[in-house]
Amino acid sequence: MKLLTHNMLECRIKGIENRYPFVIEASQVDTVEQDFDPDFLRHMYPRLEWPALKAAADSLGVTGLPTSVSEDMLEDEEFLKVFHHALLEVVLIEGFLVCPESGRKFPVSKGIPNLLLNEDEV
Amino acid sequence: MVKGERPEFTAPPDIFYNDTEARKYTTSSRMENIQASLTQRALELLALPDDDQVKLLLDVGCGSGLSGQALTEKGHVWMGFDISAAMLDVALEREAEGDLCLHDIGQGLPLRAGKFDGAISISAIQWLCNADTKAADPRKRMRAFFESLYGCLARGARAVLQFYPQNTEQAHMLTSAAMRAGFSGGLVVDFPHSTRAKKYFLVLMVGSATPLPAAEGMEGQEPADGSQVNIINRKQQKRRKLNHAIVMDSARHPEAKGKGWIFKKKDQMRKKGYTAVPPDTRYTGRKRKSHF
Repeated sequence: MKLLTHNMLECRIKGIENRYPFVIEASQVDTVEQDFDPDFLRHMYPRLEWPALKAAADSLGVTGLPTSVSEDMLEDEEFLKVFHHALLEVVLIEGFLVCPESGRKFPVSKGIPNLLLNEDEV
Repeated sequence: MVKGERPEFTAPPDIFYNDTEARKYTTSSRMENIQASLTQRALELLALPDDDQVKLLLDVGCGSGLSGQALTEKGHVWMGFDISAAMLDVALEREAEGDLCLHDIGQGLPLRAGKFDGAISISAIQWLCNADTKAADPRKRMRAFFESLYGCLARGARAVLQFYPQNTEQAHMLTSAAMRAGFSGGLVVDFPHSTRAKKYFLVLMVGSATPLPAAEGMEGQEPADGSQVNIINRKQQKRRKLNHAIVMDSARHPEAKGKGWIFKKKDQMRKKGYTAVPPDTRYTGRKRKSHF
């Protein structure tokens, strides 16, 4: 699971307030090379929650992301490279996604998060 | 499964798409062809702007990643949801580019609002109408799915959902559930005059009132390739089911077809969202006198 996906996912458990973002407990992380596409990064940037991405990257041990970003940094190649790496190339293989409110753990195995809910959580 | 019978009648999706069934999606070229041509048509209907911009798309019921492959070929980044772990394993083997997620779409998509540039779905949403467990309520599942889908799409985005409805009523049910969630758009039926080549696409739009795209094969022609699905003759199927039911019932439940059974069946139909179910009265399932 890429951090792009992590940034989009939220917990669907019924009756909770704080659904986002999932806390990551990683036990295996991998890096998969992807084509560098600055236009896609600029296209995605307004839709991302930066603090969530930063926190997720920290928990996977990815360094180099700044705490806050401004629009003009999106023209800076150096920054875009780091951004690209964190968003698309780092992959969570094994671990857990933890709901920030209920603490319910969703297992991630072979890079696929299992977000199936039990009947009483729907 | 008997060839040509609907998989929805046999088992819930997470059980039906087991290892053997999932394997067919890598070995059967016929299945691959059907999926590929359906995805091509869905992409056509999705009508993404032609600006070379890489888009973020959603594949609902991505299965083994056959439809996702077509998205990757167009250069888009995608994310896929499926309820069958076996199918997702096959997708991993095929090295699907998109991120996969094991989830039941009837529980609603676990996605943040306004993030995706479009969504496609190939032969998945008819499963929403199944009531596989006692607690499952198809109307609630449809609502949860369409509302969350509407939420996660960006303004002006489209969703193209290809599906195989069991009957017109079911097609109507899914369409109206989508409209209630806020979508505009409607049903596009390709090759409406052909029984075998007929294809249903639910084309949904967020916040724009563009007219629906035209369907293919309106003049009664058949598609050029063999992208057809056999759905067995309804009468034959009905007869076979009836015979089967009678044999099973007389063997296992001698009094299965009593009043209670009728009430239960009618209740199930109502739960599935059918509106034309006759009311339960004291005449329901009444024994008739033996006139002669």
